[in-house]
Amino acid sequence: MSAPVGPTRLLDTTGGPDVVGLDAHLQRWGPLPSAGSKALLDAVGRSGLRGHGGAWFPVGTKWQAVAGSGRSRPVVVANGAEGEPASGKDRYLLHHSPHLVLDGAATAARAVGADHVVVHLTAEAAAGVQAALDERARRGIDGCSFEIVVAPDRFLAGQESAAVATVNGKNPGIPTFVGIRTVREHGVAGRPTLVQNVETLAHAALIARFGPDWFRSVGTTESPGTALLTVTGRWDAPRIFEVPLGTTLGQALGIDAGTARGIQGVLLGGYGGGWLPTATALAMPFAEETARAHGTSVGAGVVVLLPTGVCPLAEVARVVRYMEGEGAGQCGPCVNGLDVLATSLEHLAYRPRSLRGGVAALPTLCGLVEGRGACHHPDGVARFVRTAVDLFADHAGLHLSRGPCQTTRPFLAVPTTPVARAR
Amino acid sequence: MSRPRYKLVVDPIACDGAGVCAELLPEMISLDPWGFPIIHGAEVPPGLVDLARRATVSCPRLALTLVRIES
Repeated sequence: MSAPVGPTRLLDTTGGPDVVGLDAHLQRWGPLPSAGSKALLDAVGRSGLRGHGGAWFPVGTKWQAVAGSGRSRPVVVANGAEGEPASGKDRYLLHHSPHLVLDGAATAARAVGADHVVVHLTAEAAAGVQAALDERARRGIDGCSFEIVVAPDRFLAGQESAAVATVNGKNPGIPTFVGIRTVREHGVAGRPTLVQNVETLAHAALIARFGPDWFRSVGTTESPGTALLTVTGRWDAPRIFEVPLGTTLGQALGIDAGTARGIQGVLLGGYGGGWLPTATALAMPFAEETARAHGTSVGAGVVVLLPTGVCPLAEVARVVRYMEGEGAGQCGPCVNGLDVLATSLEHLAYRPRSLRGGVAALPTLCGLVEGRGACHHPDGVARFVRTAVDLFADHAGLHLSRGPCQTTRPFLAVPTTPVARAR
Repeated sequence: MSRPRYKLVVDPIACDGAGVCAELLPEMISLDPWGFPIIHGAEVPPGLVDLARRATVSCPRLALTLVRIES
């Protein structure tokens, strides 16, 4: 029951392919200490833990807001919907270490004064989490009730207000307008609601046991602790890593200058994130504050190493068309803007002479969608496109002067399942 | 006690681009190429608050709201 001393925390018990059952979990971590709401809010606040779902919002601030809303009893939503095609760390964590996530959800519930937790997850994770909940119910270790809600299979399913819509059974997976009243005030069944990513909750479960000073012993001042990454591009299948925040990607992934020559750019933060030159991405301390200073975000910990021999413009066009299709179809600027953006990128990739206004038209189009949706979907696509235009400017120049790449193979994962629109 | 400050907020889900707001308050609202409103300025200037309020009640979708800025 000792605190982990090294950089491996959440994955401490998941070295093998096995699921960590309740006995093994309690043997490694011990039971949750019986701290009260005030002590937990204080510990999480002082730990500096930030949200690993992609927004990196300070968790203590969010818990305080929900705890202090005071109108009716709050609800906790443990969010493992993970709609981002290039991310797999939440599914991995829920599969291997469900009790760490459920401990974190129980901790959050106690901290904010909730007596009910909704575990919002993908269909493939449901059976494993249900088995874990059954184990816990037999031992009677939780002071709150749990419920599983399966998210629809779409990009936006994990967005905060979309998750609440799914739980409420109204327009599942479709974001709502939260510009006047947030889900923290008015969420599941109209109650104050804490929606928190499952990895974030797992970190909170360890903070409840070992305290904020232990938590801060790795990571940066602004982003303490470790993070789970899903890394694509070096192996046959994506791999999950746990890295101390502030470590460089080059160190964490063991990539040297020789290996880096086979990588033509790095995507951080997934399809709503941004592209960086390989050398910059590998040398940058991996943390949200540094990523933002470089015009991107580490988001939910997605890292894509784009190999040479793939047309980056064809990849960007394919992803933006997918993102356009995954929009909820609710907000005019996003519906119209993303379609024009995708068409322009398809021109640049396959029919460069048809691109009106040249490459300069792309950032202008991005400016027309930024900040104008009910959710941040258009903002993420705009960042993806702006950074791609910067990084692949030379390649775009070649398309315009010599024509498109003759052959390319699709590389970035894009699901092809058609999705329902809100209207 | 200081004068209350306001901002204009569009609910982009409710908005269907009727364009009434831009006609009534061109000082603060223009339309994008598809007819949807772009709000200029983080705060409604005191002299425009009455006009802004008229724009909010004239929106056929009630998608425009005048929100008091908490100081």
